[in-house]
Order: sequence, then structure tokens, then C-alpha cells
Amino acid sequence: MTAPVRIAQLSCGPDYSGVQQEINAAAKTVNGEIFFPDVALKDITRDFDAFGLEVRSPDLKLAISRAMALVDGRVEADAVFIATCFRCAEAAIVRNELRRYILEHSKLPVVSYSFTERTTAGTLLTRMEALTTIARRRALLAREVQEGITLGIDSGSSTTKAILMKDNKIIGTGWQPTTEVLKCAREVVDHALAEAGMKLEAVQAIGTTGYGRFLVGKDFNADLIQEELTVNSKGAVYLANKQHGPATVIDIGGMDNKAITVMDGIPGTFTMGGICAGASGRFLEMTAKRLGVDITELGPLAMKGMGSRVPMNSYCIVFGTQSLVNALAAGSTREDVAAAACHSVAEQVFEQQLQEVDIKEPVLMVGGTSLIEGLVHAMGELLKVKIVVPPHSQYIGAVGSALLASGFIKDGTDAGH
Amino acid sequence: MVKVFIYPATSLILSDMVTRFGHTPLGSAIAIRERVQTPGLESVPLQITPEEPKKGLRWAAVEVPSGVRGRMSLYGPMVEECDAAIIINNADLAFGCMGCARTNELLKFLLRQKDIPKLELEYPANEDEGVRFVAAIKKFLNDLGGKP
Repeated sequence: MTAPVRIAQLSCGPDYSGVQQEINAAAKTVNGEIFFPDVALKDITRDFDAFGLEVRSPDLKLAISRAMALVDGRVEADAVFIATCFRCAEAAIVRNELRRYILEHSKLPVVSYSFTERTTAGTLLTRMEALTTIARRRALLAREVQEGITLGIDSGSSTTKAILMKDNKIIGTGWQPTTEVLKCAREVVDHALAEAGMKLEAVQAIGTTGYGRFLVGKDFNADLIQEELTVNSKGAVYLANKQHGPATVIDIGGMDNKAITVMDGIPGTFTMGGICAGASGRFLEMTAKRLGVDITELGPLAMKGMGSRVPMNSYCIVFGTQSLVNALAAGSTREDVAAAACHSVAEQVFEQQLQEVDIKEPVLMVGGTSLIEGLVHAMGELLKVKIVVPPHSQYIGAVGSALLASGFIKDGTDAGH
Repeated sequence: MVKVFIYPATSLILSDMVTRFGHTPLGSAIAIRERVQTPGLESVPLQITPEEPKKGLRWAAVEVPSGVRGRMSLYGPMVEECDAAIIINNADLAFGCMGCARTNELLKFLLRQKDIPKLELEYPANEDEGVRFVAAIKKFLNDLGGKP
């Protein structure tokens, strides 16, 4: 067994919130080991003064001192986990500044999280997995070219996708809404194989990602089972041909949203979450249904409307739907309502998540929602940048999986599946 | 003999003084260490569960961070139980320290609201202030009817 990834925890409040055990458990699941950088009491005041952020909570001062100990090399770590109480403004400022400070002054991967007493190990698992992957598998993530014949399967919360690749080219695709996880995975794979005129036996390596990655990975005897944060960012920069330099990847998913900063194809910092389904692709699906259009028609419809004409705040999916119904009842056009829904989702992702990552161009939007033109337009307006939607953006996780899986092709074997 | 809430609740010096004068200190008897290797400066044992922040709802509403409510579930009952309080402001970390400033503000407010004998002092900055600081605490504890 490989040595555990040593994850330095900088935090305020997890012990009193009763969630420290959950953090430890999530790390342990992915062979990570949480530890608290050892600092002397006398160092805390000195480091805090040197950092220059005048916070009052002593535990936040301790977190600052520990961050400085990591950056100065007084304490060694493989990765950093920053966690503070949700709804604490003072802690939110420290969390952001420490994340930025560590990323600017060290090569340590960082993930930050604001917890409540309801935070579970399951919620933290994907983040911890991504953190340990970045720390442990830099060589794997450095892969820029797909080789051989590989299959990527993305078992997402809303849709299941498969991509078949050969010699750096996509040769087969499969896509369908997720119902039964395994059945859907098998069907999308069959579709991709049929499109390419190939049999599963010809596939040399398989990668899985998404919520169903473990189940599907086991079923297909996958070579790589990997969370979607690292896989999606790899897929995004690969498809957009932006594998060198900085990039920001935004994926508004069916159940949660991801914002990832990438440098030379390797994820740096990321946020994952969303307060409510009102800030997810699910709300846009509901909007399309209420407007009586297919989800594929929502984007073009939104481009014809003016969102500012309709008051809408989809912080909560129930209230968002209420605004939508009210607007239609008051005589708003379908175009304006569609535009307002897109703007509302983009605004919430912007306010709640994109503040936690440093946006660097190019900004790549991926996932199924990136095909909703109105949403991409709204996000571009909010960020004041031109958003890039790479080709095959809806297959991003599957492409990333197929790309990374080619690192598992064994020399001399013609097929493994 | 009275029950005296001490702030910072982790101060072993305050706890010791209160005991010496025959009273019962109410605080968290956690030693302040020279080196900190736990999540927070006054970390609690890990048997604290997500139930504690829910118990803390008695003192702080649900929009208050869980760390504050978890702390209040421990300190809130002590504030209700105490007959007197000693509050030391701006104490050195080595004297005793509580990790969350928002909890500290709430605790001190609840103590100030309570109609009980209270002593509120600034942490001494030099030896002369230190002598006056100890004398003031001794007098306060004596006046509470403690043993001389």
C-alpha cells in the first residue's frame, strides 16, 4: 500500500461542529491522512502580525500561522484542506485569503470548504479524492495525448455519457438520461461501440467518473475510477486545446456545480457545490418544461429575450419556479422568462462559487448546460469575458476519463476488456 | 462557596485561583500547551457530535455558524448555572484562549446581562499591572465569601 497523502488541515470550528470525524473519515477513504501543522504558541502572534489580516478569532490566527508554516517549509505536507463554519463572514475572508496565499506561494494543492453540522464524509469525499489525486498523480494528470483505444464513461446525476477514443480522436459517443445506473452505462457504451463499429474486447483501457463511477467502474472492470473534478478539468483543457498556461473550468451540473482553476492542465483550486437546485441545471430543466420547450430549445429562446424584464431569484428551486409562474401569469414573454432563468442560475454560480476561485482566462464552460446558449451568454456577461465552449463539451467527463485511461494501457497487450 | 464562570474558560490560572478561594470554577479544564497540534487552540475531545450544535440553538439561532452553536452547547449551561463571573479581556494566548471571537462576544454579553457579581479586567501588560490584577481577583473572590 502506498504511503498516505498528508493533508494539512487549516480550520476553525470543525471540532465544535462535530464534523472533525467526518473530515478524517473522508480523507482516510482516499488514503489521505489529516494532520494539524505543529506551531508554537509564540509563533502564532508573530505570523499573524506578519500576514496582516486583522481577524479576531484566535483559531483563525492559528490557521494563518499554520498556513505560513506550510509556505515557509517549517512543516511539510502534500496537500491542504481549509475548512471553516458556513455563514461566518470572518472565517470566509480568511479561508479565501489563505487559499490564495498558499496557491501563490507554494505548489501545494488546496481545497476549501465551509461546513455545517450536517456535513458528512460522503459530501467531502469527491473533494478529498480530487485533492489526493492532484497530490499523488501529477504524472497521470500531466497526460496531454490520448493513445490506443480507450473508453470513458461518465455516470452523472442527470445523464450518462460514454466516449470511445482512438489515437487522440473521438470515434464513438453515447448519451442518455440517467435512470438505472448500470443499465444506462451499458447502453451508452453499446451506442459508442456501435458508432465506431467496434467491440468492447478491442478497448485497451477504461476510465469511469461521475456519481456512479464506483458501481460502473466495478461492472466494467475499469482501469481508472476517478472523481469528476480532476477528470472534467483534464477533459476541458484537452478539448479546448488549452493544455498550457492558466484556464478556468465551469461545469453547471444537474446536481452540483464545479468551478476549477487549471494550470498547465493540472487542477489547482476548485469549489464544488451549490446551495440549492435553484443554481443548477435542474432548474433550467424545470423552466424548459414549464415553458413547454425541449431543454435544447431553452438556450436559443433565452437569447431572444431580456432577462432584466422579469424579476427572478432562483436561490431556491421552489421560489424560482414561483417567480417563473408569476412572470408568465403577469404576461411576460417566454423568451424573457427563459433569459431570466439563465441569468438567475449564472448569477448564483457567480455569487456563491466563482468568488472562491481566481478566474483566469480562458474560461471554459463544459457539461450539458454549456449547450444552453443563454446560460453561457449570461455567465459571460457576469464575468465580463468571452466564454469558450469546447466541442463535445457535454461529454467532458467521459473524454477526460478516456484520455487519462490511456495512461493505463499496458505495453504488449492488445486488449484487456 | 459560589460557582464562578471564568473567561477565558480555558484559563488554568483563573480556575486555580477560584478553587483556592473555596469557590467552584465553571470553565473548560483544558491545559494550554506550548505547542498546538489539535484543530483549534482549545479543541474539545472528538466525542462532540453534530447533536451539540443543535443543542446550542437554545442560545444562538440556526443562521449562527455551527461552531458557535457547538461551543454554546458547552458554555451556555455554565453561564446559566453561574453565581458570579470573572472576565479577562485581551488575554495572552498562554493565559487561556477561546478560538471563536463570535462565541466570545456572545458569552461575554450573556454574562454582562446576568444580574450577578462580576469582575471585568484587562489582561496586564507589565508587572505593576500584574500585581494589581491579581489583587483585584483576590478581593473579588473574597467578597464572594470565599475563604481568605
